[in-house]
Amino acid sequence: MLRRLGQRERMMSIWEYANPKRFMETSGWLLPWATGLSVLTLLVGLTWGFFFTPEAERFGSTVKIIYIHVPAAFVAINAWGMMLVTSLIWLIRRHHVSALAARAAAPVGLVMTLIALFTGAIWGQPMWGTWWAWDPRLTSFLILFLFYLGYIALWQAIENPDAAADLTSVLCLVGSVFAFLSRYAVYFWAQGLHQGASLSADRAEHVADVYAWPLWVSIAGFVLLFLTLMLVRTRTEIRARRLSALLARERME
Amino acid sequence: MMPELGKYAVTVLSAWVVTLGLLAALVALTLWRSARVRRALDAQERKARRHD
Repeated sequence: MLRRLGQRERMMSIWEYANPKRFMETSGWLLPWATGLSVLTLLVGLTWGFFFTPEAERFGSTVKIIYIHVPAAFVAINAWGMMLVTSLIWLIRRHHVSALAARAAAPVGLVMTLIALFTGAIWGQPMWGTWWAWDPRLTSFLILFLFYLGYIALWQAIENPDAAADLTSVLCLVGSVFAFLSRYAVYFWAQGLHQGASLSADRAEHVADVYAWPLWVSIAGFVLLFLTLMLVRTRTEIRARRLSALLARERME
Repeated sequence: MMPELGKYAVTVLSAWVVTLGLLAALVALTLWRSARVRRALDAQERKARRHD
Protein backbone atom coordinates (compact mmCIF):
# COMPACT_ATOMS: atom_id res chain seq x y z
CA MET A 1 0.00 0.00 0.00
CA LEU A 2 2.86 2.33 0.83
CA ARG A 3 4.42 1.74 -2.56
CA ARG A 4 1.18 2.65 -4.30
CA LEU A 5 0.94 5.81 -2.23
CA GLY A 6 4.52 6.61 -3.17
CA GLN A 7 3.83 6.43 -6.89
CA ARG A 8 0.80 8.60 -6.67
CA GLU A 9 2.68 11.19 -4.68
CA ARG A 10 5.51 11.48 -7.17
CA MET A 11 3.43 13.92 -9.17
CA MET A 12 3.58 16.56 -6.46
CA SER A 13 7.15 17.22 -5.46
CA ILE A 14 6.76 18.49 -1.89
CA TRP A 15 4.58 15.55 -0.95
CA GLU A 16 7.34 13.17 -1.90
CA TYR A 17 8.74 13.60 1.60
CA ALA A 18 5.56 12.09 2.95
CA ASN A 19 6.80 8.80 1.55
CA PRO A 20 8.61 7.11 4.48
CA LYS A 21 11.36 5.68 2.28
CA ARG A 22 12.00 9.03 0.67
CA PHE A 23 11.97 10.73 4.07
CA MET A 24 14.53 8.26 5.42
CA GLU A 25 16.86 8.91 2.48
CA THR A 26 16.64 12.68 2.68
CA SER A 27 16.79 12.92 6.46
CA GLY A 28 19.74 10.51 6.56
CA TRP A 29 21.62 12.83 4.25
CA LEU A 30 20.56 15.94 6.15
CA LEU A 31 21.24 14.66 9.66
CA PRO A 32 25.05 15.07 9.87
CA TRP A 33 24.76 18.66 8.60
CA ALA A 34 21.97 19.52 11.02
CA THR A 35 23.90 17.97 13.90
CA GLY A 36 27.13 19.81 13.07
CA LEU A 37 25.40 23.15 12.60
CA SER A 38 23.39 22.91 15.81
CA VAL A 39 26.44 21.94 17.90
CA LEU A 40 28.38 24.82 16.39
CA THR A 41 25.71 27.50 16.86
CA LEU A 42 24.85 26.29 20.37
CA LEU A 43 28.51 26.37 21.40
CA VAL A 44 29.05 29.85 19.95
CA GLY A 45 25.75 31.33 21.17
CA LEU A 46 25.83 29.94 24.70
CA THR A 47 29.56 30.59 25.26
CA TRP A 48 29.16 34.13 23.98
CA GLY A 49 26.10 34.70 26.13
CA PHE A 50 27.51 33.22 29.31
CA PHE A 51 31.12 34.38 29.22
CA PHE A 52 31.31 37.47 27.07
CA THR A 53 28.32 39.66 27.88
CA PRO A 54 28.38 42.53 30.41
CA GLU A 55 26.01 42.88 33.34
CA ALA A 56 22.82 44.78 32.62
CA GLU A 57 21.80 47.85 34.56
CA ARG A 58 18.58 46.60 36.10
CA PHE A 59 19.25 42.88 35.91
CA GLY A 60 22.85 42.48 37.07
CA SER A 61 24.29 39.16 35.99
CA THR A 62 20.82 37.56 35.78
CA VAL A 63 20.66 38.93 32.22
CA LYS A 64 22.68 35.83 31.28
CA ILE A 65 19.54 33.74 31.84
CA ILE A 66 18.06 35.33 28.73
CA TYR A 67 20.29 33.13 26.52
CA ILE A 68 18.50 29.98 27.63
CA HIS A 69 15.11 31.35 28.68
CA VAL A 70 14.12 33.13 25.46
CA PRO A 71 15.37 30.46 22.99
CA ALA A 72 13.65 27.69 24.99
CA ALA A 73 10.39 29.63 25.09
CA PHE A 74 10.68 30.41 21.38
CA VAL A 75 11.11 26.73 20.52
CA ALA A 76 8.39 25.69 22.99
CA ILE A 77 5.82 27.83 21.17
CA ASN A 78 6.99 27.14 17.64
CA ALA A 79 7.28 23.39 18.20
CA TRP A 80 3.56 23.41 18.89
CA GLY A 81 3.07 25.47 15.73
CA MET A 82 5.00 22.86 13.76
CA MET A 83 2.90 20.11 15.35
CA LEU A 84 -0.21 22.04 14.32
CA VAL A 85 0.92 22.12 10.68
CA THR A 86 1.90 18.44 10.58
CA SER A 87 -1.32 17.46 12.39
CA LEU A 88 -3.38 19.34 9.80
CA ILE A 89 -1.46 17.61 6.99
CA TRP A 90 -2.27 14.28 8.64
CA LEU A 91 -5.94 15.13 9.08
CA ILE A 92 -6.36 16.39 5.53
CA ARG A 93 -3.99 14.25 3.47
CA ARG A 94 -3.40 11.19 5.69
CA HIS A 95 0.39 11.19 5.39
CA HIS A 96 1.77 8.96 8.11
CA VAL A 97 5.18 10.62 8.23
CA SER A 98 3.43 13.87 9.06
CA ALA A 99 1.60 12.37 12.03
CA LEU A 100 4.80 10.71 13.21
CA ALA A 101 6.70 14.00 12.94
CA ALA A 102 4.14 15.66 15.22
CA ARG A 103 4.48 12.81 17.69
CA ALA A 104 8.28 13.08 17.56
CA ALA A 105 8.24 16.81 18.27
CA ALA A 106 6.10 16.72 21.41
CA PRO A 107 8.69 15.54 23.98
CA VAL A 108 11.16 18.13 22.66
CA GLY A 109 8.53 20.84 23.04
CA LEU A 110 7.71 19.59 26.52
CA VAL A 111 11.32 19.87 27.68
CA MET A 112 11.63 23.34 26.13
CA THR A 113 8.46 24.49 27.93
CA LEU A 114 9.82 23.09 31.18
CA ILE A 115 13.11 24.95 30.68
CA ALA A 116 11.26 28.19 29.93
CA LEU A 117 9.08 27.80 33.04
CA PHE A 118 11.98 26.83 35.29
CA THR A 119 14.42 29.51 34.17
CA GLY A 120 11.56 32.01 34.31
CA ALA A 121 10.73 31.11 37.90
CA ILE A 122 14.32 31.24 39.05
CA TRP A 123 14.76 34.58 37.27
CA GLY A 124 11.50 35.96 38.60
CA GLN A 125 12.49 35.39 42.20
CA PRO A 126 15.20 38.09 42.42
CA MET A 127 13.60 40.39 39.80
CA TRP A 128 9.90 40.39 40.74
CA GLY A 129 10.30 39.03 44.25
CA THR A 130 8.26 35.94 43.39
CA TRP A 131 8.82 32.59 41.69
CA TRP A 132 5.43 32.57 40.10
CA ALA A 133 2.57 34.93 39.30
CA TRP A 134 -0.72 34.28 37.52
CA ASP A 135 0.36 36.66 34.82
CA PRO A 136 -1.25 36.09 31.37
CA ARG A 137 1.93 34.94 29.69
CA LEU A 138 3.08 32.70 32.54
CA THR A 139 -0.35 31.14 32.90
CA SER A 140 -0.73 30.35 29.22
CA PHE A 141 2.74 28.83 29.26
CA LEU A 142 1.77 26.58 32.14
CA ILE A 143 -1.34 25.50 30.23
CA LEU A 144 0.81 24.85 27.15
CA PHE A 145 2.99 22.61 29.34
CA LEU A 146 -0.09 20.66 30.45
CA PHE A 147 -1.21 20.34 26.82
CA TYR A 148 2.16 18.84 25.89
CA LEU A 149 1.75 16.30 28.71
CA GLY A 150 -1.80 15.47 27.62
CA TYR A 151 -0.77 15.18 23.98
CA ILE A 152 2.04 12.71 24.79
CA ALA A 153 -0.20 10.72 27.13
CA LEU A 154 -2.95 10.51 24.49
CA TRP A 155 -0.55 9.06 21.90
CA GLN A 156 0.42 6.38 24.38
CA ALA A 157 -3.09 5.64 25.57
CA ILE A 158 -4.55 4.60 22.21
CA GLU A 159 -3.62 1.27 20.70
CA ASN A 160 -4.66 1.92 17.08
CA PRO A 161 -2.01 4.24 15.55
CA ASP A 162 -4.37 5.93 13.07
CA ALA A 163 -6.98 6.62 15.74
CA ALA A 164 -4.22 7.95 18.01
CA ALA A 165 -3.00 10.25 15.22
CA ASP A 166 -6.56 11.53 14.65
CA LEU A 167 -7.29 12.28 18.29
CA THR A 168 -3.90 13.81 19.06
CA SER A 169 -4.28 16.02 15.98
CA VAL A 170 -7.56 17.36 17.30
CA LEU A 171 -6.00 17.92 20.72
CA CYS A 172 -3.20 19.80 18.97
CA LEU A 173 -5.72 22.11 17.28
CA VAL A 174 -7.30 22.95 20.63
CA GLY A 175 -3.94 23.47 22.36
CA SER A 176 -2.85 25.88 19.65
CA VAL A 177 -4.96 28.54 21.32
CA PHE A 178 -2.58 28.46 24.28
CA ALA A 179 0.55 28.30 22.17
CA PHE A 180 -0.75 31.43 20.47
CA LEU A 181 -1.71 33.08 23.77
CA SER A 182 1.68 32.36 25.34
CA ARG A 183 3.16 34.48 22.58
CA TYR A 184 0.56 37.25 22.39
CA ALA A 185 -1.17 37.30 25.79
CA VAL A 186 1.13 40.16 26.83
CA TYR A 187 -0.35 42.36 24.12
CA PHE A 188 -3.99 41.34 24.56
CA TRP A 189 -4.23 42.18 28.21
CA ALA A 190 -1.36 44.65 28.48
CA GLN A 191 -0.83 43.73 32.11
CA GLY A 192 1.11 41.34 34.26
CA LEU A 193 4.75 41.18 35.23
CA HIS A 194 6.25 39.72 32.09
CA GLN A 195 7.76 42.13 29.61
CA GLY A 196 7.05 42.15 25.89
CA ALA A 197 9.35 41.08 23.09
CA SER A 198 13.06 41.00 23.84
CA LEU A 199 13.93 41.12 20.17
CA SER A 200 11.88 43.37 17.98
CA ALA A 201 12.29 45.99 15.30
CA ASP A 202 11.00 48.53 17.80
CA ARG A 203 14.12 50.15 19.23
CA ALA A 204 12.47 51.22 22.47
CA GLU A 205 11.61 47.65 23.44
CA HIS A 206 14.63 45.98 21.98
CA VAL A 207 17.47 44.82 24.22
CA ALA A 208 20.83 46.46 23.50
CA ASP A 209 22.85 45.02 20.60
CA VAL A 210 25.54 43.69 22.88
CA TYR A 211 22.89 41.32 24.31
CA ALA A 212 20.89 40.81 21.12
CA TRP A 213 23.61 39.28 18.95
CA PRO A 214 24.49 36.34 21.19
CA LEU A 215 20.75 35.92 21.78
CA TRP A 216 20.09 35.56 18.05
CA VAL A 217 22.84 32.96 17.79
CA SER A 218 21.46 31.07 20.81
CA ILE A 219 17.96 31.07 19.30
CA ALA A 220 19.40 29.73 16.04
CA GLY A 221 21.20 27.04 18.07
CA PHE A 222 18.02 25.98 19.89
CA VAL A 223 16.04 25.92 16.63
CA LEU A 224 18.71 23.81 14.93
CA LEU A 225 18.83 21.50 17.95
CA PHE A 226 15.06 21.12 17.66
CA LEU A 227 15.33 20.30 13.95
CA THR A 228 18.11 17.77 14.55
CA LEU A 229 16.19 16.04 17.33
CA MET A 230 13.08 16.09 15.13
CA LEU A 231 14.93 14.33 12.32
CA VAL A 232 16.34 11.65 14.65
CA ARG A 233 13.03 11.14 16.45
CA THR A 234 10.90 11.03 13.29
CA ARG A 235 13.29 8.44 11.85
CA THR A 236 12.87 6.43 15.05
CA GLU A 237 9.07 6.66 14.80
CA ILE A 238 9.14 5.51 11.17
CA ARG A 239 11.33 2.53 12.13
CA ALA A 240 9.05 1.72 15.07
CA ARG A 241 6.06 1.79 12.74
CA ARG A 242 7.76 -0.56 10.29
CA LEU A 243 8.78 -2.81 13.17
CA SER A 244 5.21 -3.15 14.42
CA ALA A 245 4.04 -3.86 10.84
CA LEU A 246 6.60 -6.67 10.57
CA LEU A 247 5.58 -8.05 13.94
CA ALA A 248 1.92 -7.98 12.93
CA ARG A 249 2.73 -9.83 9.72
CA GLU A 250 4.71 -12.43 11.65
CA ARG A 251 1.77 -13.04 13.96
CA MET A 252 -0.53 -13.61 10.98
CA GLU A 253 1.69 -16.20 9.36
CA MET B 1 37.80 32.07 33.38
CA MET B 2 34.48 32.19 35.25
CA PRO B 3 32.64 35.48 34.69
CA GLU B 4 31.91 37.61 37.76
CA LEU B 5 28.28 36.83 38.66
CA GLY B 6 28.14 38.72 41.96
CA LYS B 7 25.17 38.22 44.25
CA TYR B 8 23.14 36.46 41.57
CA ALA B 9 25.67 33.64 41.09
CA VAL B 10 23.37 30.94 42.51
CA THR B 11 20.42 32.12 40.40
CA VAL B 12 22.34 32.25 37.13
CA LEU B 13 24.27 29.03 37.68
CA SER B 14 21.27 26.95 38.76
CA ALA B 15 19.27 28.14 35.73
CA TRP B 16 22.10 27.18 33.39
CA VAL B 17 22.95 23.88 35.06
CA VAL B 18 19.32 22.70 35.08
CA THR B 19 18.82 23.77 31.44
CA LEU B 20 21.95 22.02 30.19
CA GLY B 21 21.04 18.95 32.26
CA LEU B 22 17.53 18.78 30.78
CA LEU B 23 18.84 19.22 27.24
CA ALA B 24 21.49 16.52 27.78
CA ALA B 25 18.83 14.14 29.13
CA LEU B 26 16.60 14.84 26.11
CA VAL B 27 19.44 14.17 23.67
CA ALA B 28 20.51 11.01 25.54
CA LEU B 29 16.94 9.67 25.63
CA THR B 30 16.47 10.41 21.92
CA LEU B 31 19.69 8.60 20.94
CA TRP B 32 19.01 5.68 23.28
CA ARG B 33 15.54 5.03 21.87
CA SER B 34 16.82 5.53 18.32
CA ALA B 35 19.51 2.85 18.80
CA ARG B 36 17.10 0.47 20.52
CA VAL B 37 14.41 0.70 17.82
CA ARG B 38 16.99 0.43 15.06
CA ARG B 39 18.44 -2.76 16.60
CA ALA B 40 15.00 -4.30 17.07
CA LEU B 41 14.01 -3.49 13.47
CA ASP B 42 17.27 -4.91 12.06
CA ALA B 43 16.77 -8.13 13.99
CA GLN B 44 13.15 -8.41 12.85
CA GLU B 45 14.05 -7.74 9.20
CA ARG B 46 16.73 -10.46 9.28
CA LYS B 47 14.17 -12.82 10.75
CA ALA B 48 11.57 -11.91 8.10
CA ARG B 49 14.10 -12.49 5.30
CA ARG B 50 14.93 -15.94 6.64
CA HIS B 51 11.24 -16.80 6.52
CA ASP B 52 10.75 -15.71 2.90
